[in-house]
Amino acid sequence: MALELSGLYRRFAGFQALDNVSLSIAPGEFLALLGPSGSGKTTLLRILAGLDYPDSGSALHQGEDFLATPARERRIGMVFQHYALFRHLTVIENIAFGLRVRPWRSRPSRTEIRARVDRLLRRVQLEGMGARYPAQLSGGQRQRVALARALAVEPDILLLDEPFGALDAQVRVTLRRWLRELHEELELTTIFVTHDQEEALELADRVAVMNNGRIEQVGSPEVIYQQPATPFVCEFIGKVNKFTVRSGGEGFSAGGWVLEDAPWHGRFTSAVAYVRPEQLRLAVPSSLPAWEARLRHIYLAGGVAHLDLHVASLDLAIEADVATEDLSRLGLQAGNVLRVAPRSAVLFPLDAQGTPVNAERWIWQARSPVPA
Amino acid sequence: MRRRVLPGFGISLGYALTYLGLIVLLPLAALAWKATDIGFEGLVRLLSAPRTLAALRLSVGGALVSALINVVIGLLVSWVLVRYRFPGRRLFDALVDLPFALPTAVAGIALTTLYAPKGWLGRWLEPLGIHVAYTPLGVLVAMIFVGFPFVVRTLQPVLASLERDVEEAAESLGAQRWQTFFRVILPLLAPTLLTGFALALARAVGEYGSVIFIAGNMPRKSEIAPLLIVQKLEQFNYAGAAALGVALLSLSFVLLVLVAVLQRWSNRWTEQAA
Repeated sequence: MALELSGLYRRFAGFQALDNVSLSIAPGEFLALLGPSGSGKTTLLRILAGLDYPDSGSALHQGEDFLATPARERRIGMVFQHYALFRHLTVIENIAFGLRVRPWRSRPSRTEIRARVDRLLRRVQLEGMGARYPAQLSGGQRQRVALARALAVEPDILLLDEPFGALDAQVRVTLRRWLRELHEELELTTIFVTHDQEEALELADRVAVMNNGRIEQVGSPEVIYQQPATPFVCEFIGKVNKFTVRSGGEGFSAGGWVLEDAPWHGRFTSAVAYVRPEQLRLAVPSSLPAWEARLRHIYLAGGVAHLDLHVASLDLAIEADVATEDLSRLGLQAGNVLRVAPRSAVLFPLDAQGTPVNAERWIWQARSPVPA
Repeated sequence: MRRRVLPGFGISLGYALTYLGLIVLLPLAALAWKATDIGFEGLVRLLSAPRTLAALRLSVGGALVSALINVVIGLLVSWVLVRYRFPGRRLFDALVDLPFALPTAVAGIALTTLYAPKGWLGRWLEPLGIHVAYTPLGVLVAMIFVGFPFVVRTLQPVLASLERDVEEAAESLGAQRWQTFFRVILPLLAPTLLTGFALALARAVGEYGSVIFIAGNMPRKSEIAPLLIVQKLEQFNYAGAAALGVALLSLSFVLLVLVAVLQRWSNRWTEQAA
């Protein structure tokens, strides 16, 4: 294990930033800490960087106590949210900073530093920008300087705090891919904080979803997306339709749509169900149970169309996604009434107090999937 | 001309220049004009007199040293005021302005009472062989007193806006605390420190009221240039007073230009790309 965190607690005046956080990070792994603001993800990153300390808990790095090591000796490279570049130093001086402050004995020679900075400038595609000051760079360029500065000290672990937060959408996607490639090349253990689920799912090997100071789920992007462990993960990752199902004669049902063979053997009488927009069938044959839904509006977003549907029997607005080309194939128009049913759903049974029981999660799949 | 959000560039520039001319340039021009009355020979004689030279040296040298001391102490005080929260901070903060508010003569008399051989502080310093009142050291003390708020008040807002993550970045890159201070914080503050230095210097060069009480005003020893000017005025030697004034003014001007050059260099990183 590159890094073993266990039982971390951190309390700030009036709120619990970290609440019993444990996490193992493998060497060379690309891990995303994903969560809304105030979920504790940045606090966790700052603790790893040595800029903050937990109230209790431990962090081991290759068997050594990480928390007892001062920040400057942890061999981490940190990229700050707002880059924190030294604005009085040129790009070259910024990148060389970590080498120049080394004690005389371990400091590389002047020419060695210069050579290393040149290599990094090439790597972050900023050749010819070395003599500029940060004020003369664009946001994306500053970001890459911050990254080069962090890499210059040859860290064991790279930490990034909302690395793309301040950039515009196009630069963000480009840099994201570039960072992924860089990671594959360097095989450096990388942990980054983000509130953008798309970014986390696209970039990371593993995602840790955080909420209220706890880790809700850790897993690969596929697992996080397809098998969310808690209602929070369902709601935070992607768009989702939420409704309640109740047990009746032949199983659980909601507004005319029926699920057979629930695994709970009568222990629960209701459950909360989550269905992703792309998991809705829009033209269900009348032999199968489905909802009658009125198509209120079609939002075209390039290759995908978002359909705003209203299910009268549930009095619920739901959203379905279809490929734009399927719109005309199905002859969809606002005002149509469609027979709609989920293809799959994630369900959490509700106990007597109406609290979801996460341990009893059920991932339901339709038995005979019919194409939409 | 490019259109701007707020109009009126022409009229406001005209007003600013007229105002500057009337309030600053006109009196200075009159001073220079008056100074020519003593002629070139008179000027050389005046400026080469040992008493004049000593007074100029004390005024300018003392001001330089006092501004330097104020920059160091002012940085410390504003750091404490901005970075820490402690009981009495607001009161402490308000006290910084006192040298601004106090009539200079009152300050001078207070300092003299304090540092006189029988004063509260003087009586303890005197046995140690440190003579403050009626010596050049006393002049320095008074100059430090009047210049102090300039440094603190220029530094405070800049220190408050200094991003903490820059220091954290330095630390995580392996910098020791002193390296973070000298390589990151100090260079970022340098332009502001120089502004404070220039203000404190300008104030101290021309300071009269608070200095003359504690100086003792012994010719060629603890006599400041502004006092020499006043003496010449009392002897109705207006041209001599004006010439001395011009000399003092020129010295200050050269120093302030030097500070401005240094400041521009220390601020080179703020220039945006075209």
